[in-house]
Amino acid sequence: MAGQAAAQATASPFVDIADVALTYGGAAAKGGGTLALEHCTLGVGKGEFVAVVGPSGCGKSTLLKLVSGLHPPSAGRVAVDGEAVTRPLKIVGMAFQNPIMLPWRTTLANVLLPLEIVEPHRSRFRRERAAYAERARRLLATVNLAGFEERFPWQLSGGMQQRASLCRALIHEPELLLLDEPFAALDAFTREELWDVLQALWLERRFTCVLVTHDLREAVYLADRVVVISNRPGRVVMEQAVGLPRPRRLANAWDRDFVDLVHVLRDKISEVRQAA
Amino acid sequence: MGTFWRFLRSPAFAPWLITAGLLLVWEAYCRLLDVSPFVLPAPTTIAHSMVRFWPAIWINAEQTLFTTVAGFALAVGFGLALGVAIGASPWLYQALYPLLIGFNAIPKVALVPVLIVWVGIGTIPAIITAFSISFFPIVVNVATGVATVEPELRDVLRSLGARQRDILVKVAIPRSLPYFFASLKIAITLAFVGSVISETVAANRGIGYLMVKDAGENVPRMFAALILVAVLAVVMYGVAALVERRFTHWATRGVDQAGGTTGF
Ligand SMILES: Nc1ncnc2c1ncn2[C@@H]1O[C@H](COP(=O)(O)OP(=O)(O)OP(=O)(O)O)[C@@H](O)[C@H]1O
Ligand SMILES: [Mg+2]
Repeated sequence: MAGQAAAQATASPFVDIADVALTYGGAAAKGGGTLALEHCTLGVGKGEFVAVVGPSGCGKSTLLKLVSGLHPPSAGRVAVDGEAVTRPLKIVGMAFQNPIMLPWRTTLANVLLPLEIVEPHRSRFRRERAAYAERARRLLATVNLAGFEERFPWQLSGGMQQRASLCRALIHEPELLLLDEPFAALDAFTREELWDVLQALWLERRFTCVLVTHDLREAVYLADRVVVISNRPGRVVMEQAVGLPRPRRLANAWDRDFVDLVHVLRDKISEVRQAA
Repeated sequence: MGTFWRFLRSPAFAPWLITAGLLLVWEAYCRLLDVSPFVLPAPTTIAHSMVRFWPAIWINAEQTLFTTVAGFALAVGFGLALGVAIGASPWLYQALYPLLIGFNAIPKVALVPVLIVWVGIGTIPAIITAFSISFFPIVVNVATGVATVEPELRDVLRSLGARQRDILVKVAIPRSLPYFFASLKIAITLAFVGSVISETVAANRGIGYLMVKDAGENVPRMFAALILVAVLAVVMYGVAALVERRFTHWATRGVDQAGGTTGF
């Protein structure tokens, strides 16, 4: 399965980042701005789960902004599904380290937010609100948040908010899910629980997923392929396929082949950090 | 008995306690030192005057209340619109901020003679003064609320293809409401300041007018009028606070959520 995805990636990747550079502040800025990415090339196949790891400040969040079209590249080309990305895509769902729910909306209304914005749901939303609410309830139930729909986000724990935030990212059934350290602020137990939640959702829906993380075990547990980015200016310095069978289980997360993969990544990252 | 004592010591009773204490000290001071009522009338003298001259005081207070509320209402409409516009557009923000700061720095007393030239005396200059002094905090607060939408939240919405207008309606305006309501409490008291200032110079009705007329003549009534303004302002403040609590419960109870970045 991982092999199949990788084969697809070489043919015509769903997400195609080709020799991209990005400078914050522009060349005109004082000191020439910050060069966040340079000569960065990465392909992600359709339905593939890729994890991106690398030292802090190396441009991982920037990479996601490029893919989602929130920020244009200074050089090179970003294409999704064969089309150059020139403005924000509508097939994307995003979630961040901070769940940033709207505190004046209930959890259910927060999850429904994308449907009020993305076509074709947007124009149907008023008429079919009940059906959409039902869809949101089902999704919330899959992440064990049944019964919390009418609570306000600030009445939920951090982990529950993060699960709701995942639901918000997925409610409009995006083809591409971009996650920026979504579990970083959680305790180890909640985090591992959410790995399984995310894995289950992915196995069911098979969206394309790019996960930025600092947690190498998280990367190996979830991804088909782990990509290591170098120090700033960031570029891809290693791509490690993860051939472990799915569904992966926490019980196996201390197995020899799992741990070996984590060590390989760890060594590479220390090497990259030394190179600074 | 126990509950009664607890009530007396509760925060809800504290303002009454302190105010009563202040009045007592004031009264004692006037009586013990035999202060002339033309300098500082005792609270009982003022109360007496308030009752005795109530019709005259109330006619003027009504006028002041009207001009204040009218000026305040204009400030709310204008302040909200301008605040949203400035908050949403960095260009407008840059363009208008120096102007707004400059205007706010002009003492509004200095504005009244200009208004006399333009619109004469009476109700209109009082409304305009109340308006001009009270819209600033509303504009600044609303603009702050609108402009400080978390960039990540903006990204979530933009990545869904949200237009500027969507972000404004779905996020920026709702999240600026606590700022808006907080500014109302400041604005309403400022509006009283504005209308009374205008009335002292450019009116033949209103509390400000009455006070100037009474100065050196009927000092107890002057103080009665002054105190009535204070009471009216406290009542209006209370109304604003009530409205605030009603509409922004999420901001006060969601301390953890909103707290970090917005300072609530
Ligand atoms: N809006 C911005 N303006 C200017 N510079 C920025 C901006 N955002 C990021 N940068 C710079 O670009 C570089 C890459 O930032 P980015 O946020 O992509 O790093 P990251 O890999 O996500 O880091 P972390 O792992 O700490 O989240 C950093 O050096 C940062 O200072
Ligand atoms: Mg980051």
